[in-house]
Amino acid sequence: MIVAEQKKLDEIRGSVSGARKILIVGCGTCVTVCFAGGAQEAAILASSIRMANQLDGQTCEVADVTVQRQCEWEYLDELADQINGADAIVSLACGVGVQAIAERFPNAWVVPGLNTAFIGMPTEQGIWEERCAACGDCLLGITGGICPIARCSKSLLNGPCGGSEAGHCEIDPNIPCAWQLIHDRLEKLGKLELLLEVQPPKNWQKARDGGPRKVIREDLRLTHKE
Amino acid sequence: MSLEATEYPTRNKKALLTGSNLEKILRAGHFAVTAELGPPQSADHAVIRDKARYLRDCCDGINITDNQTAIVRMSSLASGAILVQEGLEPIIQMVCRDRNRIAMQSDLLGAYALGVRNVLCLTGDHQSFGNHPTAKNVFDLDSCQLVKMVREMRDQRIFQCGEAIKGREPRFFVGAAASPFAAPVTFRPYRLAKKVKAGADFIQTQLVYDVDGFEVFMEKVRALGIHENAYILAGVGPLKSPGMAKYMRDNVPGIRIPDRLIERMTQAGAKWAGKKNEELSREEKEARSEAWKAEGIKICIELIHKMRAIPGVAGVHIMAIEWESAVKPIVEGAGLLPRPRIIEPDSPR
Repeated sequence: MIVAEQKKLDEIRGSVSGARKILIVGCGTCVTVCFAGGAQEAAILASSIRMANQLDGQTCEVADVTVQRQCEWEYLDELADQINGADAIVSLACGVGVQAIAERFPNAWVVPGLNTAFIGMPTEQGIWEERCAACGDCLLGITGGICPIARCSKSLLNGPCGGSEAGHCEIDPNIPCAWQLIHDRLEKLGKLELLLEVQPPKNWQKARDGGPRKVIREDLRLTHKE
Repeated sequence: MSLEATEYPTRNKKALLTGSNLEKILRAGHFAVTAELGPPQSADHAVIRDKARYLRDCCDGINITDNQTAIVRMSSLASGAILVQEGLEPIIQMVCRDRNRIAMQSDLLGAYALGVRNVLCLTGDHQSFGNHPTAKNVFDLDSCQLVKMVREMRDQRIFQCGEAIKGREPRFFVGAAASPFAAPVTFRPYRLAKKVKAGADFIQTQLVYDVDGFEVFMEKVRALGIHENAYILAGVGPLKSPGMAKYMRDNVPGIRIPDRLIERMTQAGAKWAGKKNEELSREEKEARSEAWKAEGIKICIELIHKMRAIPGVAGVHIMAIEWESAVKPIVEGAGLLPRPRIIEPDSPR
């Protein structure tokens, strides 16, 4: 899932200052599960803004609404009237949701209420960790199911570097060394020889480095030949 | 495929591959000595020339660090070119942190054109350690892939993309690093084998103080045949004080310092141990520092003697960090002066 964190109230208020009608839009998928931008967080943010405004002697209308997924037109279209009727929209979705609103509603002023952090998962209650860097060319098959692109601080393909110390990364004792994890897992599986191959330079063209990416599935498109 | 069966690239055992002095020394079977020079955090070429003065005639090659610990310094390429002007032999370090394969190959062409003949290929310290922690890192290649790229530019005359190098190819003596005590320790010899398989000609290790532990590492290195396919230079360095020794032991990954050596360093300053640091006069502090440094140099010399006795060790790499003046007394004390001079009329360009 996409993991995000809410921005500070002051930053959010600053980005919509001057607006008379604010609409907070929550998202019911990833950011609901990571407690950053679901219905509950949208309602809390709306009341926080109202309270802060009251303290500052400002008057403005703040409403909130949450859709199943901000990253799909069909869910956004349900909000057309509310969005077009607001001076400013605070999207509590990941960066995809914010942009979807911007793209669908050319006249809407939309700002992000979250910082999108990474693709990851909760590893225990209250802790989320990065797992995938969406590099476009998955190599988990040769690394024992542990991703060095996302989880090694240097994204090494022939690790571990000399900074691996007692199981953790040189940059922070709280970050496990991905290559130690890979090594230990392959050793347990009896497949350590997978690490003896010199892995060639990665084709970063399939990652963000190749420019914005697009997936096209001709078999699923509705507009092609009859 | 077994863990132990590593195929190394075939090497021409007779002819010199490069115009590197270090290669000539090693090929002739001499016990090699390399040292390290840290470039300044300024544009002052005189700093390089001053430090180089301490290293002249006491080593076969001088490593120039590449923005070590991610602190901005004069580039290793430019510093290396200054050493060439001085008639010295640079080993420029190249890390994967700051440049992609395009910039690295471009710098390799430039370095060769300026007379540099040795490159040490490294991953590089993470930028979070340095003075620009908000920087974006690159790590387009890792150290193994960099080794392979430099090697293929020389031996196959191709760029990393596979295109031919038209005209003169850069012919570098290719180095890589090994950290015998970094985790996971049992995998370290295999990772070293990978670097040699990728094409490393010589290896310089992280600082070694634990000789017993290093012997265990070298035993495995020999079992894998690594020493027959690359020259291994053991990393040594003088301790400056007991405090510095403890700091390195506790904070630098892959550095083990036996208690025995820390005790020796402490004992060297025993004469001043009765007083607290703030009670010592400036003269006393200086005298204590000199006593520590003398012991540090003595220990370093002993380490070199021990390294020479380990089969498969082809030389030492002396890292006297910000203490270049220590190198000559160490090399002299180890009986490694004068350095051999090898004149080969038919050596490559």
